[in-house]
Amino acid sequence: MTRVLEARNIVRDYHVGGGLFSPPRTVHAVKGVSFSVDKGRTLAIVGESGCGKSTLARIVTMIDAPTAGELFIDGQKVDVAKDGLTPEMRRKVQIVFQNPYGSLNPRQKIGDVLGEPLLINTGVGAEERRERAMTMLTKVGLQPEHYHRYPHMFSGGQRQRIAIARALMLNPSLLVLDEPVSALDLSVQAQVLNLLADLQDEFQLTYVFISHDLSVVRYIADEVMVMYYGEAVEYGTRDEVFANPRHDYTKTLFAATPRADVASIKARLAKKKAA
Amino acid sequence: MALLEIENLVVEFETASGMFRAVDGVSLSVERKEVLAVVGESGSGKSVSMLAVMGLLPWTAKVTADRMMFDGVDLATISPKERRKLVGKDMAMIFQEPMASLNPCFTVGFQIEEVLRVHMGMDRARRRARAIELLTLVGIPEPEQRLSSFPHQMSGGQCQRVMIAIALACNPKLLIADEPTTALDVTIQKQILDLLVRLQAEYGMGLIMITHNMGVVAETADRVIVQYKGRKMEEADVLSLFESPRSNYTRALLAALPDNATGDRLPTIDGFLVEAEAAAVNTPMMEPPL
Repeated sequence: MTRVLEARNIVRDYHVGGGLFSPPRTVHAVKGVSFSVDKGRTLAIVGESGCGKSTLARIVTMIDAPTAGELFIDGQKVDVAKDGLTPEMRRKVQIVFQNPYGSLNPRQKIGDVLGEPLLINTGVGAEERRERAMTMLTKVGLQPEHYHRYPHMFSGGQRQRIAIARALMLNPSLLVLDEPVSALDLSVQAQVLNLLADLQDEFQLTYVFISHDLSVVRYIADEVMVMYYGEAVEYGTRDEVFANPRHDYTKTLFAATPRADVASIKARLAKKKAA
Repeated sequence: MALLEIENLVVEFETASGMFRAVDGVSLSVERKEVLAVVGESGSGKSVSMLAVMGLLPWTAKVTADRMMFDGVDLATISPKERRKLVGKDMAMIFQEPMASLNPCFTVGFQIEEVLRVHMGMDRARRRARAIELLTLVGIPEPEQRLSSFPHQMSGGQCQRVMIAIALACNPKLLIADEPTTALDVTIQKQILDLLVRLQAEYGMGLIMITHNMGVVAETADRVIVQYKGRKMEEADVLSLFESPRSNYTRALLAALPDNATGDRLPTIDGFLVEAEAAAVNTPMMEPPL
């Protein structure tokens, strides 16, 4: 099995410049995290706000350079800070953000949204760009007539489909999904998760799935990494982590997740009656 | 007699393309000491119906109901002045975004004491004492120091605790919590839910929990109302809702939970089927104006 992504001891510090009255200080956002993902698999990164999971997403997407550590994509070493980014590298990793309302330009038609990655990173002509955009629209469950519409004419779920379509335009080998379903309704969330599963099967895509929702993670992930204050406190296959959490924080997280099954409702009601 | 009784509530908004009906003939009642959860996806009218009860909708909204009684007071005919005496005192509400619902320009202490000044007419010393007592109650450490903090100096969970303190300041009979934990982390969500349920039991309040999260419903509610596009699809006690949902919509909603996934694809909601069911649930009592 080919290894699409490997990260070794990734560290990211942010230097917060001092203001008039405050001295400068360093924030350690990610403190030496290592992981790897094989082709066609899904790694879920779980943690609460401020734990460094989005910083890690930015590093994997090569938006941000790590302070220290090594990043390998498709077996090739990447050092954004030193070598810069080639269009070739950009094409390999794409990202889908949490809020589909914020990540699409309101003044750009959907066709142009989908064509833009090709326009910037490849020399593909206008005719072929349009054709590829049309094909991608149907792939993600939209209609060809949506090509000339603007983002505000779509619902949240449809917009997230567009964002996914845009990310797939360059045939990336790795897709980073930063909380892709947490802004969506339950029924729409199910549709988008199904779409992601279909696309993964079809294109042998590799996902890094960032989420704070454990029920979604349990459903979609092959491997799970739990982060807490910039450190990976738990890393293993989904079944290992869910069946046998080792770190205290993971246990707290599992205990805090609301459970929607009949047995736990019965237990709660019985406890309430007794009180 | 129930604490809050609403029959056939209809809320309409005037739009460019005619009247839009956000809530369509919803009836509900809450007893004292009861936790009622109102569940629905966005656009189901769950927040709008509660805002109508509180009288917080903009003037463009047209609210009608056959009956709207709160603790012996008719909310439909009440004067704005009397309503202001009621809202925030006997009937309080917590909103989704704790950071956005606190005023960034004033200290937390000021905002808690404001409620006490307006509704209870307490003097300064008693206000301060009560504010400290409230912050202790909702589990904020070092309440004396915290009184002079501004909202931006506190975390989201702490802000939500302050919101709860403000809502509880006058010992309300009914507390409406509109997605109180949606913006918070799971571990903090657990703490806030536990706090709400504990206080509800301790003070014998009625609690209406508006949410889209089935997990939150399962963890808190006694009775549940499921709404879809402004209509009530189902009303049941929490156990029978999860054990044997009657409406197709509830069934589909529960099946779409990733926790309940059996195959490698999630079942999705058949919009057409649900639409037909919603239309059959209640034919509107009034004909819409032509």
